[in-house]
Amino acid sequence: MSKEEKKVNRRDFLFTASYTVGAVGVGAVIWPMIDQMNPDKAQQALATTEVDISSIEPGKSITVLWRGKPVFLKRRTSEEIAEARAVNLDDLPDPQKDEDRVKSGKDEWLVMLGVCTHLGCVPLKDKGDYNGWFCPCHGSHYDVSGRIRKGPAPTNMEIPKFEFVNNNTIKIG
Amino acid sequence: MSEQEYTPTSKAGKWFNDRLPLLTLGKHLTDYPTPKNLNYWWTFGGILTFCLITQIVTGIVLAMHYVAHADLAFASVEHIMRDVNYGWLIRYIHSNGASMFFLAVYIHIFRSLFYGSYKSPREVIWIIGLMIYLLMMAAAFMGYVLPWGQMSFWGATVITNLFSAIPLVGDSITTWLWGAYSVDNPTLNRFFSLHYLIPFLILGLVVLHIWALHVPGNNNPVGIDIKKPSKDTVPFHPYITIKDAFALLVFMIIFAGFVFFTPNVLGHSDNYIPANPLVTPAHIVPEWYLLPFYAILRSVPDKLGGVILMFSAIFILFVLPWLDTSKVRSAVFRPIYRQFFWILVIDVLMLGYVGAMPAEGIYLVLARVGTIYYFLHFIVVMPIVGYLEKTDPIPMSISEPVLSGGAEPSIARKVNDKA
Repeated sequence: MSKEEKKVNRRDFLFTASYTVGAVGVGAVIWPMIDQMNPDKAQQALATTEVDISSIEPGKSITVLWRGKPVFLKRRTSEEIAEARAVNLDDLPDPQKDEDRVKSGKDEWLVMLGVCTHLGCVPLKDKGDYNGWFCPCHGSHYDVSGRIRKGPAPTNMEIPKFEFVNNNTIKIG
Repeated sequence: MSEQEYTPTSKAGKWFNDRLPLLTLGKHLTDYPTPKNLNYWWTFGGILTFCLITQIVTGIVLAMHYVAHADLAFASVEHIMRDVNYGWLIRYIHSNGASMFFLAVYIHIFRSLFYGSYKSPREVIWIIGLMIYLLMMAAAFMGYVLPWGQMSFWGATVITNLFSAIPLVGDSITTWLWGAYSVDNPTLNRFFSLHYLIPFLILGLVVLHIWALHVPGNNNPVGIDIKKPSKDTVPFHPYITIKDAFALLVFMIIFAGFVFFTPNVLGHSDNYIPANPLVTPAHIVPEWYLLPFYAILRSVPDKLGGVILMFSAIFILFVLPWLDTSKVRSAVFRPIYRQFFWILVIDVLMLGYVGAMPAEGIYLVLARVGTIYYFLHFIVVMPIVGYLEKTDPIPMSISEPVLSGGAEPSIARKVNDKA
Protein backbone atom coordinates (compact mmCIF):
# COMPACT_ATOMS: atom_id res chain seq x y z
CA MET A 1 0.00 0.00 0.00
CA SER A 2 2.66 2.50 1.06
CA LYS A 3 4.72 1.48 -1.95
CA GLU A 4 1.92 2.48 -4.29
CA GLU A 5 1.41 5.83 -2.56
CA LYS A 6 5.02 6.84 -3.11
CA LYS A 7 4.98 5.90 -6.76
CA VAL A 8 4.91 9.00 -8.98
CA ASN A 9 2.38 8.36 -11.65
CA ARG A 10 1.64 10.05 -14.93
CA ARG A 11 -1.06 12.24 -13.44
CA ASP A 12 1.27 13.65 -10.74
CA PHE A 13 3.79 14.50 -13.42
CA LEU A 14 1.17 16.23 -15.56
CA PHE A 15 -0.12 18.23 -12.59
CA THR A 16 3.34 19.40 -11.61
CA ALA A 17 4.28 20.22 -15.18
CA SER A 18 1.03 22.14 -15.74
CA TYR A 19 1.32 24.13 -12.53
CA THR A 20 4.93 24.98 -13.29
CA VAL A 21 4.22 26.19 -16.81
CA GLY A 22 1.17 28.03 -15.50
CA ALA A 23 3.18 29.75 -12.78
CA VAL A 24 5.83 30.86 -15.28
CA GLY A 25 3.11 32.18 -17.60
CA VAL A 26 1.35 34.08 -14.83
CA GLY A 27 4.68 35.54 -13.70
CA ALA A 28 5.54 36.61 -17.24
CA VAL A 29 2.23 38.46 -17.43
CA ILE A 30 2.38 40.00 -13.97
CA TRP A 31 5.91 41.38 -14.30
CA PRO A 32 5.06 43.95 -17.06
CA MET A 33 2.09 45.08 -14.95
CA ILE A 34 4.45 45.74 -12.03
CA ASP A 35 7.40 47.11 -14.00
CA GLN A 36 5.22 49.67 -15.76
CA MET A 37 5.11 51.59 -12.47
CA ASN A 38 8.91 51.95 -12.36
CA PRO A 39 10.43 55.19 -13.76
CA ASP A 40 9.87 55.21 -17.50
CA LYS A 41 12.38 56.25 -20.14
CA ALA A 42 11.23 59.87 -20.00
CA GLN A 43 12.05 59.92 -16.29
CA GLN A 44 15.35 58.12 -16.76
CA ALA A 45 16.32 60.74 -19.32
CA LEU A 46 16.28 63.34 -16.52
CA ALA A 47 18.79 61.39 -14.46
CA THR A 48 21.67 63.89 -14.78
CA THR A 49 21.80 67.62 -14.15
CA GLU A 50 24.68 69.97 -14.95
CA VAL A 51 25.16 72.99 -12.69
CA ASP A 52 27.18 76.17 -13.30
CA ILE A 53 28.96 76.98 -10.01
CA SER A 54 31.08 79.88 -11.17
CA SER A 55 29.00 82.55 -9.46
CA ILE A 56 28.78 81.02 -5.98
CA GLU A 57 30.75 83.04 -3.38
CA PRO A 58 32.53 81.32 -0.46
CA GLY A 59 30.11 80.73 2.42
CA LYS A 60 27.10 80.75 0.10
CA SER A 61 25.04 77.88 -1.25
CA ILE A 62 22.53 77.19 -3.97
CA THR A 63 19.85 74.56 -4.34
CA VAL A 64 19.20 72.78 -7.64
CA LEU A 65 16.63 70.18 -8.64
CA TRP A 66 17.90 66.72 -9.59
CA ARG A 67 15.43 63.84 -10.19
CA GLY A 68 12.75 65.95 -8.54
CA LYS A 69 14.77 66.37 -5.35
CA PRO A 70 16.73 69.38 -4.08
CA VAL A 71 20.53 69.16 -4.10
CA PHE A 72 22.46 71.59 -1.91
CA LEU A 73 25.73 72.92 -3.37
CA LYS A 74 27.64 74.81 -0.69
CA ARG A 75 30.98 76.53 -1.21
CA ARG A 76 32.38 76.36 2.30
CA THR A 77 34.85 78.80 3.84
CA SER A 78 38.12 77.50 5.25
CA GLU A 79 36.78 78.11 8.78
CA GLU A 80 33.76 75.93 8.07
CA ILE A 81 35.94 73.18 6.65
CA ALA A 82 38.19 73.36 9.71
CA GLU A 83 35.15 73.20 11.98
CA ALA A 84 33.78 70.15 10.17
CA ARG A 85 37.12 68.35 10.44
CA ALA A 86 37.67 69.17 14.11
CA VAL A 87 34.70 67.10 15.19
CA ASN A 88 35.43 63.94 17.17
CA LEU A 89 33.95 61.02 15.20
CA ASP A 90 32.80 59.41 18.44
CA ASP A 91 30.35 62.26 18.89
CA LEU A 92 28.56 61.41 15.65
CA PRO A 93 25.49 59.15 15.47
CA ASP A 94 26.58 58.17 11.93
CA PRO A 95 30.40 58.50 12.04
CA GLN A 96 31.88 59.72 8.76
CA LYS A 97 34.91 61.93 8.07
CA ASP A 98 34.28 65.24 6.33
CA GLU A 99 37.03 64.26 3.86
CA ASP A 100 34.92 61.32 2.77
CA ARG A 101 32.00 63.58 1.94
CA VAL A 102 33.81 65.82 -0.55
CA LYS A 103 36.06 65.32 -3.55
CA SER A 104 39.69 65.66 -2.48
CA GLY A 105 41.23 68.82 -3.82
CA LYS A 106 37.76 70.35 -4.04
CA ASP A 107 37.21 70.36 -0.31
CA GLU A 108 35.28 73.63 -0.32
CA TRP A 109 32.43 72.11 -2.35
CA LEU A 110 29.83 70.19 -0.38
CA VAL A 111 27.32 68.60 -2.77
CA MET A 112 24.58 66.71 -1.02
CA LEU A 113 20.98 65.64 -1.35
CA GLY A 114 18.92 68.26 0.50
CA VAL A 115 16.63 65.64 1.93
CA CYS A 116 16.37 64.88 5.63
CA THR A 117 17.08 61.19 6.19
CA HIS A 118 14.27 61.01 8.71
CA LEU A 119 11.11 61.36 6.59
CA GLY A 120 12.17 63.32 3.54
CA CYS A 121 11.60 67.01 4.35
CA VAL A 122 13.99 69.69 3.06
CA PRO A 123 16.19 71.03 5.92
CA LEU A 124 16.68 74.80 6.34
CA LYS A 125 20.19 76.18 5.84
CA ASP A 126 22.18 78.13 8.46
CA LYS A 127 19.90 76.89 11.20
CA GLY A 128 20.17 74.51 14.12
CA ASP A 129 22.68 73.99 16.93
CA TYR A 130 25.60 72.92 14.71
CA ASN A 131 26.02 75.79 12.26
CA GLY A 132 24.61 73.65 9.44
CA TRP A 133 21.05 72.61 8.59
CA PHE A 134 17.93 72.12 10.64
CA CYS A 135 14.90 70.11 9.57
CA PRO A 136 11.70 71.87 10.67
CA CYS A 137 9.54 68.78 10.38
CA HIS A 138 10.84 66.76 13.34
CA GLY A 139 13.84 68.71 14.62
CA SER A 140 16.94 67.04 13.16
CA HIS A 141 20.16 69.07 13.41
CA TYR A 142 22.91 68.66 10.78
CA ASP A 143 26.42 70.12 10.95
CA VAL A 144 28.36 72.04 8.32
CA SER A 145 29.29 68.77 6.67
CA GLY A 146 25.63 67.67 6.51
CA ARG A 147 26.11 65.01 9.17
CA ILE A 148 23.34 64.25 11.62
CA ARG A 149 24.16 65.50 15.13
CA LYS A 150 20.88 65.59 17.06
CA GLY A 151 17.29 64.55 16.43
CA PRO A 152 15.43 61.58 14.96
CA ALA A 153 17.19 61.30 11.57
CA PRO A 154 19.22 58.05 11.44
CA THR A 155 21.99 58.95 8.95
CA ASN A 156 23.91 61.82 7.43
CA MET A 157 22.43 63.60 4.44
CA GLU A 158 23.26 61.59 1.33
CA ILE A 159 26.04 62.53 -1.07
CA PRO A 160 24.87 61.88 -4.65
CA LYS A 161 27.09 60.65 -7.44
CA PHE A 162 28.65 63.76 -9.00
CA GLU A 163 31.76 64.92 -10.81
CA PHE A 164 33.48 68.14 -11.81
CA VAL A 165 33.16 68.50 -15.57
CA ASN A 166 35.52 71.50 -15.30
CA ASN A 167 36.29 74.10 -12.67
CA ASN A 168 32.96 75.85 -13.18
CA THR A 169 30.58 72.95 -13.82
CA ILE A 170 29.37 70.07 -11.70
CA LYS A 171 27.44 67.17 -13.21
CA ILE A 172 25.12 65.46 -10.75
CA GLY A 173 24.01 61.90 -11.44
CA MET B 1 -28.93 29.72 -5.82
CA SER B 2 -29.48 26.33 -4.34
CA GLU B 3 -30.09 26.24 -0.61
CA GLN B 4 -27.87 23.29 0.18
CA GLU B 5 -26.46 23.21 3.70
CA TYR B 6 -22.72 23.36 3.95
CA THR B 7 -20.58 23.24 7.09
CA PRO B 8 -16.88 24.08 6.81
CA THR B 9 -14.63 21.49 8.41
CA SER B 10 -12.32 23.92 10.21
CA LYS B 11 -13.46 25.80 13.29
CA ALA B 12 -12.21 29.13 11.93
CA GLY B 13 -13.96 28.44 8.65
CA LYS B 14 -17.22 27.73 10.44
CA TRP B 15 -16.85 30.88 12.56
CA PHE B 16 -16.35 33.00 9.45
CA ASN B 17 -18.98 31.22 7.37
CA ASP B 18 -21.62 31.77 10.04
CA ARG B 19 -20.99 35.51 9.73
CA LEU B 20 -20.42 35.74 5.96
CA PRO B 21 -21.22 32.55 4.04
CA LEU B 22 -18.47 33.01 1.46
CA LEU B 23 -17.37 29.40 1.90
CA THR B 24 -20.91 28.24 1.19
CA LEU B 25 -20.81 30.32 -1.99
CA GLY B 26 -17.46 28.78 -2.92
CA LYS B 27 -18.83 25.30 -2.30
CA HIS B 28 -21.87 26.11 -4.42
CA LEU B 29 -19.64 27.28 -7.29
CA THR B 30 -17.38 24.22 -7.25
CA ASP B 31 -20.20 21.70 -6.83
CA TYR B 32 -22.60 23.49 -9.20
CA PRO B 33 -24.21 20.67 -11.20
CA THR B 34 -23.48 21.18 -14.88
CA PRO B 35 -24.91 19.23 -17.83
CA LYS B 36 -22.29 16.72 -18.84
CA ASN B 37 -22.85 17.25 -22.56
CA LEU B 38 -21.70 20.91 -22.70
CA ASN B 39 -19.56 21.41 -25.80
CA TYR B 40 -16.81 23.94 -26.45
CA TRP B 41 -19.31 26.64 -27.45
CA TRP B 42 -20.13 26.75 -23.72
CA THR B 43 -16.60 27.77 -22.76
CA PHE B 44 -17.05 31.37 -23.88
CA GLY B 45 -18.64 32.46 -20.61
CA GLY B 46 -15.35 31.79 -18.86
CA ILE B 47 -13.42 33.32 -21.75
CA LEU B 48 -15.54 36.48 -21.53
CA THR B 49 -14.89 36.75 -17.79
CA PHE B 50 -11.20 36.53 -18.59
CA CYS B 51 -11.59 39.27 -21.23
CA LEU B 52 -13.36 41.58 -18.78
CA ILE B 53 -10.69 41.11 -16.10
CA THR B 54 -7.94 41.63 -18.68
CA GLN B 55 -9.51 44.87 -19.88
CA ILE B 56 -9.98 46.14 -16.33
CA VAL B 57 -6.42 45.31 -15.24
CA THR B 58 -4.71 46.68 -18.36
CA GLY B 59 -7.07 49.66 -18.34
CA ILE B 60 -6.21 50.61 -14.76
CA VAL B 61 -2.55 50.38 -15.72
CA LEU B 62 -2.98 52.53 -18.83
CA ALA B 63 -4.88 55.15 -16.81
CA MET B 64 -1.73 55.55 -14.69
CA HIS B 65 0.06 56.98 -17.75
CA TYR B 66 -2.69 58.40 -19.94
CA VAL B 67 -3.65 62.08 -19.89
CA ALA B 68 -7.28 62.87 -20.75
CA HIS B 69 -6.71 66.25 -22.34
CA ALA B 70 -7.21 67.23 -25.96
CA ASP B 71 -3.70 68.73 -26.15
CA LEU B 72 -1.91 65.89 -24.38
CA ALA B 73 -3.89 62.68 -24.99
CA PHE B 74 -2.28 61.71 -28.31
CA ALA B 75 1.22 62.42 -27.00
CA SER B 76 0.53 60.52 -23.79
CA VAL B 77 -0.48 57.43 -25.79
CA GLU B 78 2.75 57.69 -27.77
CA HIS B 79 4.54 58.13 -24.43
CA ILE B 80 2.96 54.86 -23.30
CA MET B 81 4.11 53.17 -26.51
CA ARG B 82 7.70 54.44 -26.37
CA ASP B 83 8.68 55.35 -22.81
CA VAL B 84 6.62 53.40 -20.29
CA ASN B 85 8.10 50.03 -19.32
CA TYR B 86 6.13 47.41 -21.30
CA GLY B 87 3.66 50.18 -22.22
CA TRP B 88 3.51 48.92 -25.81
CA LEU B 89 2.54 45.46 -24.55
CA ILE B 90 -0.10 46.70 -22.14
CA ARG B 91 -1.69 49.02 -24.69
CA TYR B 92 -1.71 46.35 -27.41
CA ILE B 93 -3.30 43.87 -25.00
CA HIS B 94 -5.96 46.46 -24.16
CA SER B 95 -6.74 47.50 -27.74
CA ASN B 96 -6.71 43.95 -29.13
CA GLY B 97 -8.44 42.78 -25.96
CA ALA B 98 -11.48 44.83 -26.97
CA SER B 99 -11.62 42.96 -30.28
CA MET B 100 -11.15 39.59 -28.61
CA PHE B 101 -13.87 40.51 -26.12
CA PHE B 102 -16.31 41.18 -28.94
CA LEU B 103 -15.24 38.09 -30.87
CA ALA B 104 -16.03 36.01 -27.79
CA VAL B 105 -19.29 37.80 -27.05
CA TYR B 106 -20.56 37.28 -30.61
CA ILE B 107 -19.81 33.57 -30.41
CA HIS B 108 -21.51 33.53 -26.99
CA ILE B 109 -24.61 35.27 -28.37
CA PHE B 110 -24.87 33.06 -31.45
CA ARG B 111 -24.38 30.01 -29.21
CA SER B 112 -27.41 31.20 -27.29
CA LEU B 113 -29.36 31.73 -30.51
CA PHE B 114 -28.53 28.26 -31.83
CA TYR B 115 -29.27 26.30 -28.68
CA GLY B 116 -32.21 28.45 -27.55
CA SER B 117 -30.53 29.53 -24.34
CA TYR B 118 -32.57 32.75 -24.32
CA LYS B 119 -35.84 30.83 -23.99
CA SER B 120 -37.85 30.21 -20.84
CA PRO B 121 -36.75 29.96 -18.06
CA ARG B 122 -33.60 31.91 -19.00
CA GLU B 123 -35.06 35.16 -20.36
CA VAL B 124 -33.56 37.27 -17.57
CA ILE B 125 -30.07 35.86 -18.18
CA TRP B 126 -30.47 36.78 -21.84
CA ILE B 127 -31.67 40.32 -21.10
CA ILE B 128 -28.87 40.98 -18.60
CA GLY B 129 -26.47 39.66 -21.21
CA LEU B 130 -27.81 42.12 -23.77
CA MET B 131 -27.39 44.96 -21.27
CA ILE B 132 -23.78 43.88 -20.84
CA TYR B 133 -23.40 43.86 -24.63
CA LEU B 134 -24.81 47.40 -24.88
CA LEU B 135 -22.44 48.62 -22.16
CA MET B 136 -19.56 46.88 -23.95
CA MET B 137 -20.33 48.81 -27.12
CA ALA B 138 -20.48 52.08 -25.18
CA ALA B 139 -17.19 51.31 -23.43
CA ALA B 140 -15.49 50.26 -26.66
CA PHE B 141 -16.67 53.37 -28.50
CA MET B 142 -15.50 55.73 -25.77
CA GLY B 143 -12.23 53.85 -25.42
CA TYR B 144 -11.58 54.29 -29.14
CA VAL B 145 -11.98 58.06 -28.67
CA LEU B 146 -9.33 58.32 -25.95
CA PRO B 147 -6.15 58.18 -28.12
CA TRP B 148 -7.48 61.33 -29.80
CA GLY B 149 -6.40 60.35 -33.27
CA GLN B 150 -8.30 61.16 -36.45
CA MET B 151 -10.57 58.09 -36.19
CA SER B 152 -11.16 58.84 -32.52
CA PHE B 153 -12.23 62.36 -33.20
CA TRP B 154 -14.37 61.71 -36.26
CA GLY B 155 -15.84 58.51 -34.86
CA ALA B 156 -16.91 60.48 -31.82
CA THR B 157 -18.32 63.21 -34.05
CA VAL B 158 -20.35 60.79 -36.17
CA ILE B 159 -21.69 58.70 -33.27
CA THR B 160 -22.65 61.66 -31.10
CA ASN B 161 -24.33 63.27 -34.11
CA LEU B 162 -26.65 60.23 -34.25
CA PHE B 163 -28.49 61.85 -31.36
CA SER B 164 -29.05 65.02 -33.36
CA ALA B 165 -31.55 63.00 -35.41
CA ILE B 166 -33.98 63.12 -32.49
CA PRO B 167 -36.74 65.62 -33.38
CA LEU B 168 -36.88 68.97 -31.54
CA VAL B 169 -34.31 68.29 -28.80
CA GLY B 170 -31.67 66.49 -30.89
CA ASP B 171 -29.26 69.41 -31.18
CA SER B 172 -29.53 70.26 -27.49
CA ILE B 173 -28.81 66.64 -26.56
CA THR B 174 -25.78 66.52 -28.83
CA THR B 175 -24.41 69.75 -27.38
CA TRP B 176 -25.05 68.36 -23.90
CA LEU B 177 -23.12 65.18 -24.78
CA TRP B 178 -20.23 67.24 -26.09
CA GLY B 179 -20.11 69.83 -23.32
CA ALA B 180 -19.03 72.15 -26.12
CA TYR B 181 -20.17 73.11 -29.61
CA SER B 182 -18.24 70.28 -31.19
CA VAL B 183 -16.33 67.22 -30.00
CA ASP B 184 -13.69 68.89 -27.86
CA ASN B 185 -11.73 68.65 -24.63
CA PRO B 186 -14.83 68.40 -22.38
CA THR B 187 -16.05 65.49 -24.51
CA LEU B 188 -12.74 63.68 -24.18
CA ASN B 189 -12.69 64.23 -20.43
CA ARG B 190 -16.15 62.84 -19.79
CA PHE B 191 -15.57 59.93 -22.17
CA PHE B 192 -12.51 58.99 -20.13
CA SER B 193 -14.51 59.16 -16.91
CA LEU B 194 -17.31 56.99 -18.34
CA HIS B 195 -14.88 54.62 -20.03
CA TYR B 196 -13.41 53.95 -16.59
CA LEU B 197 -16.84 53.54 -14.99
CA ILE B 198 -18.56 51.20 -17.46
CA PRO B 199 -16.36 48.09 -16.95
CA PHE B 200 -17.33 48.07 -13.29
CA LEU B 201 -21.01 48.32 -14.23
CA ILE B 202 -20.39 45.38 -16.55
CA LEU B 203 -18.72 43.49 -13.72
CA GLY B 204 -21.81 44.01 -11.55
CA LEU B 205 -24.07 42.81 -14.35
CA VAL B 206 -21.83 39.79 -14.91
CA VAL B 207 -22.42 38.81 -11.28
CA LEU B 208 -26.18 39.09 -11.87
CA HIS B 209 -25.82 37.22 -15.19
CA ILE B 210 -24.12 34.30 -13.44
CA TRP B 211 -26.50 34.45 -10.48
CA ALA B 212 -29.47 34.29 -12.84
CA LEU B 213 -27.77 31.40 -14.64
CA HIS B 214 -27.36 29.43 -11.44
CA VAL B 215 -31.09 29.54 -10.68
CA PRO B 216 -32.28 27.32 -13.58
CA GLY B 217 -28.79 25.97 -14.35
CA ASN B 218 -27.09 25.73 -17.73
CA ASN B 219 -28.92 25.04 -20.94
CA ASN B 220 -27.17 22.32 -22.95
CA PRO B 221 -26.71 21.24 -26.58
CA VAL B 222 -29.76 18.99 -26.42
CA GLY B 223 -31.76 21.80 -24.87
CA ILE B 224 -33.92 19.67 -22.59
CA ASP B 225 -34.58 20.25 -18.91
CA ILE B 226 -32.50 18.11 -16.61
CA LYS B 227 -32.75 17.17 -12.99
CA LYS B 228 -29.83 18.43 -10.94
CA PRO B 229 -27.89 16.89 -9.57
CA SER B 230 -28.41 13.65 -11.45
CA LYS B 231 -26.59 11.27 -13.75
CA ASP B 232 -26.97 13.97 -16.39
CA THR B 233 -24.77 16.42 -14.52
CA VAL B 234 -21.17 16.71 -13.40
CA PRO B 235 -19.78 19.07 -10.74
CA PHE B 236 -18.46 22.34 -12.17
CA HIS B 237 -15.07 21.63 -10.66
CA PRO B 238 -13.00 19.93 -11.97
CA TYR B 239 -14.95 18.92 -15.08
CA ILE B 240 -15.96 22.32 -16.43
CA THR B 241 -13.04 24.29 -15.01
CA ILE B 242 -10.54 22.12 -16.86
CA LYS B 243 -12.54 22.30 -20.09
CA ASP B 244 -12.87 26.09 -19.74
CA ALA B 245 -9.17 26.36 -18.95
CA PHE B 246 -8.21 24.44 -22.08
CA ALA B 247 -10.48 26.56 -24.30
CA LEU B 248 -9.12 29.69 -22.61
CA LEU B 249 -5.56 28.65 -23.43
CA VAL B 250 -6.42 28.21 -27.11
CA PHE B 251 -8.17 31.59 -27.04
CA MET B 252 -5.11 33.19 -25.40
CA ILE B 253 -2.85 31.80 -28.11
CA ILE B 254 -4.96 33.53 -30.77
CA PHE B 255 -5.08 36.67 -28.60
CA ALA B 256 -1.30 36.63 -28.19
CA GLY B 257 -0.94 36.10 -31.94
CA PHE B 258 -2.68 39.42 -32.55
CA VAL B 259 -0.83 41.24 -29.75
CA PHE B 260 2.67 40.14 -30.77
CA PHE B 261 2.46 39.70 -34.53
CA THR B 262 -0.25 41.96 -35.95
CA PRO B 263 -1.18 44.38 -33.16
CA ASN B 264 -2.60 47.01 -35.50
CA VAL B 265 -4.37 44.83 -38.05
CA LEU B 266 -7.78 45.35 -36.42
CA GLY B 267 -7.29 49.09 -35.96
CA HIS B 268 -7.23 51.87 -38.51
CA SER B 269 -3.96 53.56 -39.46
CA ASP B 270 -5.66 56.99 -39.53
CA ASN B 271 -5.85 56.83 -35.76
CA TYR B 272 -2.08 57.35 -35.64
CA ILE B 273 -2.69 60.86 -37.02
CA PRO B 274 -3.50 63.37 -34.27
CA ALA B 275 -7.10 64.60 -34.19
CA ASN B 276 -7.71 67.49 -36.55
CA PRO B 277 -11.11 69.22 -36.35
CA LEU B 278 -10.52 70.79 -39.79
CA VAL B 279 -9.99 67.64 -41.86
CA THR B 280 -12.17 64.53 -42.00
CA PRO B 281 -10.46 61.29 -43.15
CA ALA B 282 -11.61 60.13 -46.59
CA HIS B 283 -13.18 56.94 -45.28
CA ILE B 284 -14.64 56.78 -41.78
CA VAL B 285 -15.23 53.28 -40.43
CA PRO B 286 -15.99 52.12 -36.91
CA GLU B 287 -14.17 49.21 -35.30
CA TRP B 288 -15.03 45.88 -36.93
CA TYR B 289 -17.36 44.76 -34.16
CA LEU B 290 -19.75 47.64 -34.81
CA LEU B 291 -19.77 47.32 -38.59
CA PRO B 292 -23.08 45.38 -38.99
CA PHE B 293 -24.93 48.11 -37.14
CA TYR B 294 -23.10 50.76 -39.13
CA ALA B 295 -24.26 49.04 -42.33
CA ILE B 296 -27.86 49.11 -41.09
CA LEU B 297 -27.52 52.80 -40.23
CA ARG B 298 -26.26 53.66 -43.70
CA SER B 299 -28.76 51.49 -45.54
CA VAL B 300 -31.60 53.88 -44.72
CA PRO B 301 -31.78 57.05 -46.83
CA ASP B 302 -33.21 59.03 -43.92
CA LYS B 303 -31.30 60.41 -40.93
CA LEU B 304 -33.84 59.65 -38.20
CA GLY B 305 -34.94 56.39 -39.87
CA GLY B 306 -31.37 55.08 -39.99
CA VAL B 307 -30.76 55.85 -36.34
CA ILE B 308 -34.04 54.24 -35.27
CA LEU B 309 -33.37 51.12 -37.34
CA MET B 310 -29.84 50.77 -35.99
CA PHE B 311 -30.98 50.93 -32.37
CA SER B 312 -33.93 48.67 -33.16
CA ALA B 313 -31.53 46.05 -34.47
CA ILE B 314 -30.21 45.70 -30.92
CA PHE B 315 -33.40 46.32 -28.96
CA ILE B 316 -35.34 43.71 -30.94
CA LEU B 317 -33.10 41.12 -29.30
CA PHE B 318 -34.57 42.05 -25.91
CA VAL B 319 -37.98 40.66 -26.91
CA LEU B 320 -36.53 37.63 -28.69
CA PRO B 321 -37.66 35.17 -25.98
CA TRP B 322 -41.26 36.15 -26.81
CA LEU B 323 -40.81 36.27 -30.59
CA ASP B 324 -39.62 32.67 -30.63
CA THR B 325 -42.73 30.51 -30.44
CA SER B 326 -41.03 27.12 -30.60
CA LYS B 327 -41.43 24.74 -27.67
CA VAL B 328 -38.07 23.14 -28.52
CA ARG B 329 -34.94 24.96 -27.41
CA SER B 330 -32.04 23.45 -29.31
CA ALA B 331 -31.72 24.00 -33.06
CA VAL B 332 -30.29 20.47 -33.16
CA PHE B 333 -33.93 19.27 -33.24
CA ARG B 334 -35.26 22.14 -35.37
CA PRO B 335 -34.43 21.33 -39.02
CA ILE B 336 -36.05 24.48 -40.47
CA TYR B 337 -34.93 27.00 -37.87
CA ARG B 338 -31.41 25.60 -38.11
CA GLN B 339 -31.20 26.72 -41.74
CA PHE B 340 -32.53 30.17 -40.95
CA PHE B 341 -30.00 30.42 -38.12
CA TRP B 342 -27.13 29.97 -40.55
CA ILE B 343 -28.71 32.43 -42.97
CA LEU B 344 -28.75 34.95 -40.09
CA VAL B 345 -25.08 34.27 -39.36
CA ILE B 346 -24.20 34.84 -43.02
CA ASP B 347 -26.45 37.91 -43.11
CA VAL B 348 -24.72 39.52 -40.10
CA LEU B 349 -21.27 38.71 -41.53
CA MET B 350 -22.31 40.23 -44.85
CA LEU B 351 -23.62 43.35 -43.09
CA GLY B 352 -20.28 43.61 -41.35
CA TYR B 353 -18.48 43.37 -44.66
CA VAL B 354 -20.55 45.98 -46.46
CA GLY B 355 -20.32 48.21 -43.36
CA ALA B 356 -16.60 48.45 -44.04
CA MET B 357 -17.15 49.27 -47.73
CA PRO B 358 -18.24 52.63 -49.20
CA ALA B 359 -22.02 53.17 -48.99
CA GLU B 360 -22.62 53.10 -52.73
CA GLY B 361 -23.52 50.79 -55.63
CA ILE B 362 -23.75 47.08 -54.91
CA TYR B 363 -22.70 47.55 -51.28
CA LEU B 364 -25.70 49.74 -50.62
CA VAL B 365 -28.01 47.18 -52.23
CA LEU B 366 -26.49 44.37 -50.18
CA ALA B 367 -26.76 46.46 -47.02
CA ARG B 368 -30.46 47.01 -47.67
CA VAL B 369 -31.15 43.35 -48.42
CA GLY B 370 -29.18 42.36 -45.33
CA THR B 371 -31.01 44.83 -43.14
CA ILE B 372 -34.40 43.67 -44.35
CA TYR B 373 -33.51 40.04 -43.76
CA TYR B 374 -32.14 40.82 -40.30
CA PHE B 375 -35.48 42.20 -39.18
CA LEU B 376 -37.54 39.62 -41.07
CA HIS B 377 -35.63 36.88 -39.29
CA PHE B 378 -36.73 38.07 -35.88
CA ILE B 379 -40.16 39.51 -36.63
CA VAL B 380 -41.47 36.99 -39.17
CA VAL B 381 -39.28 33.88 -39.41
CA MET B 382 -38.92 33.11 -35.72
CA PRO B 383 -42.62 33.34 -34.75
CA ILE B 384 -43.85 31.49 -37.85
CA VAL B 385 -41.18 28.78 -38.03
CA GLY B 386 -41.59 28.13 -34.32
CA TYR B 387 -45.29 27.65 -34.92
CA LEU B 388 -45.26 25.56 -38.08
CA GLU B 389 -42.03 23.60 -37.88
CA LYS B 390 -42.16 19.85 -37.30
CA THR B 391 -39.30 19.29 -34.87
CA ASP B 392 -37.23 16.14 -34.61
CA PRO B 393 -37.89 13.79 -31.67
CA ILE B 394 -36.22 14.93 -28.49
CA PRO B 395 -34.31 12.45 -26.33
CA MET B 396 -35.69 11.63 -22.90
CA SER B 397 -32.45 12.58 -21.16
CA ILE B 398 -29.11 13.96 -22.19
CA SER B 399 -27.47 10.69 -21.21
CA GLU B 400 -28.92 9.05 -24.31
CA PRO B 401 -27.10 11.08 -26.98
CA VAL B 402 -24.01 11.43 -24.81
CA LEU B 403 -23.67 7.69 -24.28
CA SER B 404 -24.33 6.94 -27.92
CA GLY B 405 -21.51 9.20 -29.01
CA GLY B 406 -22.69 12.79 -29.43
CA ALA B 407 -25.53 15.22 -29.74
CA GLU B 408 -25.72 14.86 -33.52
CA PRO B 409 -29.35 15.01 -34.58
CA SER B 410 -29.21 11.83 -36.64
CA ILE B 411 -27.85 9.76 -33.81
CA ALA B 412 -30.23 11.28 -31.30
CA ARG B 413 -33.13 10.55 -33.58
CA LYS B 414 -32.05 6.96 -34.14
CA VAL B 415 -31.80 6.39 -30.43
CA ASN B 416 -35.18 7.94 -30.02
CA ASP B 417 -36.73 5.78 -32.72
CA LYS B 418 -35.48 2.63 -31.04
CA ALA B 419 -36.95 3.70 -27.71
